[in-house]
Amino acid sequence: MVRLQRMYWMCGDKKMKKIYLDNAATTQVDKRVVKTMVPYFTEKYGNASSQHLIGQEAKRAMEEARSIIARSINASYDEIFFTSGGTEANNFVLKGLFFENKKTDKNHIITTKIEHDCVLNSCKWLETQGVRVTYLDVDEKGFVDPNEVKKAITPKTFVVSIIHGNNEIGTIQDIEAIGKICKEKNVYFHTDACQSFTKTKLNVKKQNLDFVTLNAHKIHGPKGVGALYIKKNTKITPLLHGGGHEKNLRSGTENIPGIIGFAKSVKIASMFDVMRMNKLRDKLIIGILRIPGTKLNGATGNQRLCNNINICFGNIEGEAIGGYLDTYGISSSTGSACSSNTLEISHVLKAIKCTDLEANTSIRLSISKFTTEKEINYTLAVMAKVVEKLRKISPIKI
Amino acid sequence: MIEGYGNLVIEHFKNPKNMGEIKNPDAVGELGNPTCGDIMKVFLKVEKNKLGEDIIKDIKFQTMGCVAAIATSSMTTELVKGKTLKEAKKITNMDVARSLGKLPPIKMHCSNMAADALHQAIDNYEAKNK
Ligand SMILES: Cc1ncc(COP(=O)(O)O)c(C=O)c1O
Ligand code: FES
Repeated sequence: MVRLQRMYWMCGDKKMKKIYLDNAATTQVDKRVVKTMVPYFTEKYGNASSQHLIGQEAKRAMEEARSIIARSINASYDEIFFTSGGTEANNFVLKGLFFENKKTDKNHIITTKIEHDCVLNSCKWLETQGVRVTYLDVDEKGFVDPNEVKKAITPKTFVVSIIHGNNEIGTIQDIEAIGKICKEKNVYFHTDACQSFTKTKLNVKKQNLDFVTLNAHKIHGPKGVGALYIKKNTKITPLLHGGGHEKNLRSGTENIPGIIGFAKSVKIASMFDVMRMNKLRDKLIIGILRIPGTKLNGATGNQRLCNNINICFGNIEGEAIGGYLDTYGISSSTGSACSSNTLEISHVLKAIKCTDLEANTSIRLSISKFTTEKEINYTLAVMAKVVEKLRKISPIKI
Repeated sequence: MIEGYGNLVIEHFKNPKNMGEIKNPDAVGELGNPTCGDIMKVFLKVEKNKLGEDIIKDIKFQTMGCVAAIATSSMTTELVKGKTLKEAKKITNMDVARSLGKLPPIKMHCSNMAADALHQAIDNYEAKNK
């Protein structure tokens, strides 16, 4: 306790140590990534479409980056299309396939209730354009039942889009089983792998994927760059028309420094980091669950992202917990209505059948390869104090 | 997480005043926030002053709510402790919000709870002691 108090004192200090546990929102860019990017701003700044030396130098680097990313998911380099991030890639696949199918009678999308907003809101917009969307339920741990996918597919379905690792509760879907069904039924299968990329196995051939969304800023790369894997010989209509970049599918001068940084972040990602994160994650989860009346949201073990912790405290508001953690230098995030701009509780927590109270009393902590055991110990000590303080003033007793 | 709140809000949130429960209270008010589902409970101890008026001798809050809700509960107790019931009844949501300073617009509904819960406690007291 004395140690904790001393740390609390330090919090008033401007030099207070910051413990960043919001890595599901975004990550610190790895210094090695920054270092590989810099020359592409200052020396090798060419436009990859230019025929001169400096342009071709940039192009070569970009194609090398494309190969690195392709290899990491067992794709070939000409199946990777760079975008401005996960949001664009998700919009591209859903809307691009919609436009592509406009002249056919296919007008049905299957997705889930736990997608990222960029998928859900794209689907909502597509509904205004006459598309029928099935939003599949998930179970209490956040899993989609592959059989439900099978049952939902109709002759009019043009894509099944299912998030791989969930950004809020960390549940990892069995995309291999779902991919198999989509292949049998001859329907395109897309997965949003922004959260799971480099953290769990992603293999487009084995998992029968036609489209995969990736981005860089969740894996210690730069913001504003991502990619869509598009299986060879798949037809999709571009959303951005212009100079014909990315084989006419995504016009716009390529973000070369971003792409170089993206590839570097993929290259340095390691399974050892994942194993270490798994251990720290479980230490944090087990430690917090020792506090009475707490409960884990989402799945466990290998079916959970190695960096995600989401805990329900039952009788104290998530935003208040986060507020106190903030005063101790710990950044967290909540699925609570009280901290959102819409006053709506998280659609993901709702989908796993959390009550409003449970959702409002939940917080998410997400670690990274830079998180240390010392930080986890400190967080656990602070958490116990914060919960005790807030529970003392809560009218709901546990 | 606490960005967007004024300093006074954060001060009251970090060190809330008069939080907890009063044993054998003279009145209790309880309120749920319809917007977000959060809950507040207020306890009063009432005494007569020399003029024979009812005054709030002690007040305590229990709050299951966000940063703003905790800060407004705390501020409300500071505003009415020692005041007569008549004065306390005049305290409005706006008074509480104003004395706290900067609250994000979306958080205004939180600051409404504390004064409403207080008025409810006073109503309960008056109904009991008619
Ligand atoms: C699952 C998921 N999909 C998509 C996105 C959006 O990606 P971006 O921020 O690169 O647009 C995010 C992150 O914000 C995410 O977590
Ligand atoms: S009291 Fe619920 S959001 Fe503030």
